[in-house]
Amino acid sequence: MSQPMVSRGFRGRQRSVEANLPPGQYLTNDFPVLSAGPTPRTQLAKWDFTIVGTTLVQPKRWTWDEFQALPRVTIQADIHCVTRWSKLGTRWEGVALDTLLARVQHQARFVIAYCDGGYSTNLPLNEVLGGKAWVVDSYEGAPLAPEHGGPARLLVPHRYFWKSTKWVRGLELSVDDRPGFWESLGYHNDGDPWREQRYQGD
Amino acid sequence: MANRLVSPIVWQRATVIETVRETPQARSLMLALPHWQRHRAGQHVEVRLTVEDGYQAQRSYSIASPPEAPYLMLTVERIAEGEVSPYLVDVVQEGDQLEVRGPIGGYFTWQASQSGPLLLVAGGSGIVPLMAMARHHALAGSTTPAHLLYSARQVDNIIYHAELEQLATEDQAFAVFYTLTRGAPPGWAGFQRRIDLDMLEDVGWPPAQHPLIYICGPTPLVEAVATMALHLGHAQGRIKTERFGPTGGS
Repeated sequence: MSQPMVSRGFRGRQRSVEANLPPGQYLTNDFPVLSAGPTPRTQLAKWDFTIVGTTLVQPKRWTWDEFQALPRVTIQADIHCVTRWSKLGTRWEGVALDTLLARVQHQARFVIAYCDGGYSTNLPLNEVLGGKAWVVDSYEGAPLAPEHGGPARLLVPHRYFWKSTKWVRGLELSVDDRPGFWESLGYHNDGDPWREQRYQGD
Repeated sequence: MANRLVSPIVWQRATVIETVRETPQARSLMLALPHWQRHRAGQHVEVRLTVEDGYQAQRSYSIASPPEAPYLMLTVERIAEGEVSPYLVDVVQEGDQLEVRGPIGGYFTWQASQSGPLLLVAGGSGIVPLMAMARHHALAGSTTPAHLLYSARQVDNIIYHAELEQLATEDQAFAVFYTLTRGAPPGWAGFQRRIDLDMLEDVGWPPAQHPLIYICGPTPLVEAVATMALHLGHAQGRIKTERFGPTGGS
């Protein structure tokens, strides 16, 4: 369609405050919960985080306590959900993927994050290194609630929030890009909110 | 590299051919689209509205019509202080046009060819995608046993009430159960409490039958029912959920 059509009688909300949002997003102060199945509840004693991959010299595994001992950072970030809500200035705490990936030797170019509940998401390595992605276990100063992905979730704020996979348990390093759960179901492979890459073909 | 041949989901100009007041808060819009690709029950569309100054607002709405229908039905519930829903519920009239794209979503869907008895659990306007499934069940002549458990505040808030009664009469393999959480009229035969473990066990299917379970509604209801289903022994992979906000989260 060449140009949008004016909707008779539609005025919209006041929009000056939403000027710094990606296209098609609106601001929310809530923290909506969206996921495709029941919320997994993993005991911390059974929780671990692994890095695997065919090019890996040696796989890596951290228990919850070992993970807690890694260097931690706090992150303040705007998050953008593909269902069009954005939330500004959210505060998280966790471990940078730079920190985790510095502890393995590999020749991979892509990462697939996998999780409890069977979800996964794919990202190019260069999109998660350099202070762009974290495994977080704290939100607004408190342990991350299970419905929001606790005990730990991925945080990749410069991509639509489905790529910040909940209940993350590890990373697979891959030479090839392989679509994750939502990426196999019609969502965009890259998911850049500023380029409005919501669905395949956007 | 992911090399998939995909075409973008394009915006279409849909014409409102009929509106139906479902409840004081909800209205259905029947839309005719120039190019509609047959959807699957449970999928949604995006609706885009544009102000004269170019400002646009876009929202996702579940499809209420079954794949067999010649038109697209959306049912929208008014959200207090909402930007788009009050317009769709109270302002839009027959003959108006809306920009729509879809169908979207490949996970929370049901097709009559899928195996296992079906349990649909709806909270409030979470009935909408499940209604598409119930309608599809009837129109496809499915013999898969299907139960719908529908939680609403009061009897006046039950969307599609008359049609659900009719489906339950005409579709031999479909039954509907209601529960009201904020009071029932005299003579009410349904449940009168929030969904609990006993209710879910009564209305649902034994885990040994491997039912497919679809739960849609506000986050607290979905969280509670999905957790109960796991507790009853249903497999995680057979439970599909769709939560909606905006105020459902904690």
